[in-house]
Amino acid sequence: MKFTLKILKDFPAYLWSGWGAIASILLFIALWDMGNQIYGNLVLPSPLETFQTLIAMLGDESVIAEIKTTLYRASIGFGISLVVGTTFGLLAGFFATASMMSRPIVTILVGMPPIAWIVLAMIWFGMGDETVIFTVIVASFPIIFVGSLQGTRTLDGDLKEMARSFKLPWHMKFFDVYFPHIFSYVFPAWVSGLGMAWKIVVMAELLATSDGIGASLAVARSQLDTPTALALVVIMISSLMFVEYIILEPIKREVELWRS
Amino acid sequence: MEKLEVKNLNHHFGFTEILRDINFTLNKGQVLSVVGPSGGGKTTLLHLCAGLLDVEEGSATNTFVSSSFAFQDARLLPWKNVIDNIALGLLAAGEKKRVAIEKSKKIALEFGLEEDDFDKFPKDLSGGMRQRVSFARALVVKPSLLFLDEPFSALDIGLKKELQSILIEMISKKEISILFITHDLMEAIRLSDEILLLKADPGHIVKKFSYDLAQNQRDDEYVYAQSAKILQDKEIITTFELEIK
Ligand SMILES: Nc1ncnc2c1ncn2[C@@H]1O[C@H](COP(=O)(O)OP(=O)(O)O)[C@@H](O)[C@H]1O
Ligand SMILES: [Mg+2]
Repeated sequence: MKFTLKILKDFPAYLWSGWGAIASILLFIALWDMGNQIYGNLVLPSPLETFQTLIAMLGDESVIAEIKTTLYRASIGFGISLVVGTTFGLLAGFFATASMMSRPIVTILVGMPPIAWIVLAMIWFGMGDETVIFTVIVASFPIIFVGSLQGTRTLDGDLKEMARSFKLPWHMKFFDVYFPHIFSYVFPAWVSGLGMAWKIVVMAELLATSDGIGASLAVARSQLDTPTALALVVIMISSLMFVEYIILEPIKREVELWRS
Repeated sequence: MEKLEVKNLNHHFGFTEILRDINFTLNKGQVLSVVGPSGGGKTTLLHLCAGLLDVEEGSATNTFVSSSFAFQDARLLPWKNVIDNIALGLLAAGEKKRVAIEKSKKIALEFGLEEDDFDKFPKDLSGGMRQRVSFARALVVKPSLLFLDEPFSALDIGLKKELQSILIEMISKKEISILFITHDLMEAIRLSDEILLLKADPGHIVKKFSYDLAQNQRDDEYVYAQSAKILQDKEIITTFELEIK
């Protein structure tokens, strides 16, 4: 509760510090407009045209339905990765053998290109939600797992000893000694995992489904409808930026105030 | 009667013998020091007594009703501010949050911390301040037995004296018993009723020295005179020679 209040209190100052980011976005849009003037509307529609298309699309219920479909798949997949990845990472971190055994598996999961997973998932699950969700899980799971594992493995032995000398009960050991340290590793991993999930969901949809943002992107491509394609890209990027900079980053700042 | 009794204690790390046949008794209200060169096994002995390491051979029986530990380094929780760090032991002992914070603030002021420092995280404190916090955390629980592992060794002389005089006051009031580890003979002479000399490889006790004068009566002169006397002892010379070489 105290935390929530503090996050809200510091929020205006945080927003103010975002001026630089806004300036760079505006610069980017200016360059984009230049590109439009050089290459023409078919290759690169102007920012204005793109945003007009975007606004029209956001008023269209069928488009909103596609966005919701994608959101649903990404949240389910990411949610499962978050819970399972964090839990398994913790367990693996607390047991040396488990952490050794998990290393090659993680290497395989990280090293395997997502596109290969999509193909396999299409064979296993056919064309539909499961394929997309599965791909999202396998892509974001290892990131979260590794974050959680490292957080647990790097717990300071001296602090554990201190906790024991004061006979901290288990709940204090967990919440006061282990959790803040582990969280400082796990939270950034959640953020990267979320970014990964959002990218992969669109890619998987493009190849394996007939609905969602990814499928809409495929349709726009086949009809050479560049403004719609770009508008979809803007939707994807701005939603990710919103979640990352407006929701997650302020939390991260408060939670990590103690770090030097 | 509360006491700490160590009998025929041996300890190994792997195949290395660290401690051999340690025997002593620490009675309530007493200050017992173990002095010896670094690497001699002093920290290991303290950890065995405090139950932070499992005793393998012999016994270390602690019947003190409560105890706390001040480490060589401060070991503060980096994500907790000064007051919450101090309150840790109180909360662990089941004290109410409000009372724990109250007591922590009080002792923090006694230990020369200021109100402005209360909300600071350890990263924003100087080394000396961190050690004060660590000391306050160990003493705020009013332990019957205090384990001290060279807590003064990293401090400047002023702060060292300050913290020592806080201890001496508690000792004189018979509020506390201390098992004190140090490689500084003068420090040991200032605070102890009894000093055990621990010789290295493997760590074993070669001699005992006793001091009867009450701690709050010991002035610098007394400490210097006793140090000079003890430094002529053959066992002291051979034990510490290792370090000088
Ligand atoms: N956990 C451990 N595992 C193996 N050897 C250790 C461990 N802790 C200490 N030692 C060794 O035991 C010896 C005594 O160490 P220590 O008790 O810290 O000495 P002191 O506190 O007197 O400097 C040293 O040689 C040290 O390397
Ligand atoms: Mg030591």
